[in-house]
Amino acid sequence: MPQFAIIAVSILFDGLAYAMFLFITSVGLSVTMGLMGFVNLAHGAFAMAGGYVVVSLTRTLGIGFVPSLVIAAVIVGAVSVVFERGLYRRLYKSTDLEQVLLTIGLAFMAIATATYLYGPIPKSVPLPDWLQGDVNLGFRNFPSYRAFLIVLGFALIAVLWYAFERTNIGAKIRAAVDNRRMAESVGINVDRLFTLTFAVGSGLAALGGGLAIQLFGLSPSFAVLYLVLFLIVVAVGGLGSLKGTLVAALVIGVFDTGGKYLLSDAGGFFVYAVTVAVLLVKPAGFYGRE
Amino acid sequence: MRKFGWLGIAALAFAVGGTAQAETVKIGVVLPFSGANADLGHQIDKAFDLYIKLHAKDIAPHKIEIIKRDEGPPTGAQAKTVATELITNDKVQLLTGFVFSPSAIALAPVVTQAKVPMVIANAGTAWITNLSPYIARLSFSMWHHAYPMGAFAFSKVGCKTAAMAYTDFPPGKDSTEAFKTGFEKAGGKVTEAIPMGSPVQVPDFTPFFQRVKDAKPDCMYVFIPSGAHATGVMKAYGELGMRKAGVKLIGPMDLIPDNKLQDMGDAAIGTVVMGNYAVDLDNAENKALNKAWHEAYGKDSYPDFMSAAGWDTMHAIFDTIKKLNGKVTDGQQVIDAMKGWTAKGPRGQVTIDAGTRDIVQNEYAMEVIRKADGKLGVKVLGTTPSVKDECKVLKLGRCGS
Amino acid sequence: MAASETISTASRSEARERAAEYLIKRHRFRLRETLPWLVAIAVYFVFPERMTFGSQVLVMVMFALSLDLILGYAGIVTLGHAAFFGIGAYTVGLAAARLGWSEPISGLFAAAIAAGLVGFITGWFLLRYRGLTLLMLTLATAILLQETGNLRSDISGGYDGLPGLTFKPLFGVFDYDLYGHTYYLYVLAVLVVVFFFVRRIVYSPFGQALTGVRENVRRMHAIGSPVHGRLVTVYTIAAAIAGVAGALFTQTNAYVTLTVFDFDNSAKVMVMLILGGTGRLYGAFVGATVYMVLEDYFSKLSPTFWQFGIGLVLVLAVLFTPRGVLGLFESIGKFFPERKKP
Repeated sequence: MPQFAIIAVSILFDGLAYAMFLFITSVGLSVTMGLMGFVNLAHGAFAMAGGYVVVSLTRTLGIGFVPSLVIAAVIVGAVSVVFERGLYRRLYKSTDLEQVLLTIGLAFMAIATATYLYGPIPKSVPLPDWLQGDVNLGFRNFPSYRAFLIVLGFALIAVLWYAFERTNIGAKIRAAVDNRRMAESVGINVDRLFTLTFAVGSGLAALGGGLAIQLFGLSPSFAVLYLVLFLIVVAVGGLGSLKGTLVAALVIGVFDTGGKYLLSDAGGFFVYAVTVAVLLVKPAGFYGRE
Repeated sequence: MRKFGWLGIAALAFAVGGTAQAETVKIGVVLPFSGANADLGHQIDKAFDLYIKLHAKDIAPHKIEIIKRDEGPPTGAQAKTVATELITNDKVQLLTGFVFSPSAIALAPVVTQAKVPMVIANAGTAWITNLSPYIARLSFSMWHHAYPMGAFAFSKVGCKTAAMAYTDFPPGKDSTEAFKTGFEKAGGKVTEAIPMGSPVQVPDFTPFFQRVKDAKPDCMYVFIPSGAHATGVMKAYGELGMRKAGVKLIGPMDLIPDNKLQDMGDAAIGTVVMGNYAVDLDNAENKALNKAWHEAYGKDSYPDFMSAAGWDTMHAIFDTIKKLNGKVTDGQQVIDAMKGWTAKGPRGQVTIDAGTRDIVQNEYAMEVIRKADGKLGVKVLGTTPSVKDECKVLKLGRCGS
Repeated sequence: MAASETISTASRSEARERAAEYLIKRHRFRLRETLPWLVAIAVYFVFPERMTFGSQVLVMVMFALSLDLILGYAGIVTLGHAAFFGIGAYTVGLAAARLGWSEPISGLFAAAIAAGLVGFITGWFLLRYRGLTLLMLTLATAILLQETGNLRSDISGGYDGLPGLTFKPLFGVFDYDLYGHTYYLYVLAVLVVVFFFVRRIVYSPFGQALTGVRENVRRMHAIGSPVHGRLVTVYTIAAAIAGVAGALFTQTNAYVTLTVFDFDNSAKVMVMLILGGTGRLYGAFVGATVYMVLEDYFSKLSPTFWQFGIGLVLVLAVLFTPRGVLGLFESIGKFFPERKKP
């Protein structure tokens, strides 16, 4: 295979794996922001919490990596309901700024708690054998873990797409995102819908956090360090849109990877340049509503 | 008779203990205790605490009073405020700690004006010691590890060509510049230098490493800040199968921090680094340090190069206090007493250079191996003794001022 | 002339008179406005050993004040305000380090102009957007500036910054001292000037128009108010003031690194302002002081846990004092009947 084709495939593969991580972690944020207009900057903290639960499950209880991911997602999703009902609910009518302040405060508390419980030293997880090593695709080897990310990402996309487009609940969510008042007047219980969406979104964030450990390592500041990235994906993709989050994750993932490979000097430039370029032309993101 | 006896004993006591009036030396410790870099601060803090606990009697009857403050983020501003107040409010006689170079840099004019010695336990930018005559450093400069690595890589590791990948901030630039100088002087050729993003977030290293892998140099010299980045590097290196592809991994010891080595797995085996410390270093002081460390902090906790530097820092401070008999109010005296200080430590023989006030120490070329007990460790391939900071020797750039 | 027309002309001019009176009254000083300044001066005498810290608090107050102009009065939410702080900081830093220009007062003007210029250009492009879009655009701008600085770290010094900056004594007489006394008074003096300038703007018809934009932008468009022009103007002014704050930061620290552009900085100043109360001018004072004092206190108490403390304070503040500390005072103040002029 010609050299540039190999490079292109490498970039696409690595970018795709990265994009899957971004998608899984950010989709919850996009839907909750689109559905309830609630700016939840503690989203990164939920991802971090998921990561730490996975660490505890695998290291202390000896549970396998993949089952731990699932358990962590469920646990964090369930706990998030407590936050939603107890705390967030009070601020649905508040200004964006107040929501920002509250959720940033929660994020700080989460970081401090994680530091207290786990210490500030970054953690890693033991992976099962089949996730270490390579997958041989003929002309190149690809890391198994990244292949796993891609496959998992596709599976989740399929599940989410089906849930959104083909089920009753999905239809209700879409209706509520489109026009909340109308949805309520047709008898859709938007509040309960939101709790469900929030739980699923936070669970997915936790899953993303668990997956991120192998990619970036996990330390308490994960909660805010990568938050900017998630916000970028959500803004570029468009609030409340599954498709938008996916496209944005792909664009950001591939551009970032490609930029690093081809023009390392530019560093993080690409991600922000792409963000500015997209938002100047399409302020609501790819698939957002004006 | 009794009365005179009493007086006699008092006179005797006076004669014997007269000169040793017990002083309390106030030391300000400035380390990051919060935020993303808190683990670095803790590694040094633990070493400080341990040394003080074990050696308090060495400076009897004098005592140490430690006042700890948070260095904050690597912007320099908080460190400067905090340390200035340690000097003006808490009236410390000495400042130590300092993980980040910007903190030390920001503080240099202050310690010069206040005439308070600053003993650096970590900050590694080469020209820091030039900024004030009151600065002494016990840790390292990037050049200590990187410059000898250049020559060693060429002659002993078989690197004829090398690519350099580094985190895009001053220590990364310093380290790669130092490596390049040493490597090319020995006859090697550096193929490219790839910046890998900012030190704050651990990036996905895969695209950078993939690029190096495709270019097929003999070796890849990587500099990253010690900590989470190191694990990420090793993961990416392993996942891409770079060793099998023939690209050896080399770098300063920041690549294999002792408290993360065990997590790195097989991918790390064969990595060659140059540094001033490893847990496995075979000398009496290091064995003693490890034993005391495990006793105090548990068997899963390890000292690392920062702890070793912290240990030697406190050792130097204690020796100076003893030398000056507890009278450490004259900053110039303290610094002068530190110049030329030399002792055996966990890192081997360490000396404070009288001219530059920077550290002179051994550099060990080490290879990661799997030990007999199954754990990962290092084997010393060679020792370069008494290495000075080459940047100041060559007077390159700011090092020459 | 018809009777109704005469009446409407009379009532129109009456309305104008009342409006003018209202605006003029706002300009007059209330006694309680002297309070923060008295506190600032008192601190100088009561805590002479905390002057270095005090200067940093005053710098933050100015920074928060500049943010209040756009956030509190014009209603523009931005995450990149640190960009202007950074530009001001680096203008002074680069002038001192590379051009040998170290006169402090002219440095402030240069910083204001540089930051204001960038504010004008970016504002002109970006203020057409709102909400999350504007947040991301302003954030990206600040980060792009930081990355550019890192790219040319040969000029900017990168994250190790520009060390050992020295500044000429103020007016050739007052020099920097270890205890920071001179600089505290210097920053306070600049803050006074800046503050009264901001106050003038806010209570002027221009300021009213800004509030109008914040409250109901559609209506402002409908009455023909040049919304975009007004927004760009206030954004430019706010940028210039943030630049002055940045310049003072560099001067008081004698050091600057690229971290001045950090997102952390933008977020911190926003939190400070909201804590104190937006759109109230003095919210910047209260918020910045409370935040920095708490941070200082907690980090001495238990360096590891001040983060938890600040987080908790934020959460409680939002839940129980949503309009900031000043809002709390206002609520208390409502218990006391207002004295009406006879």
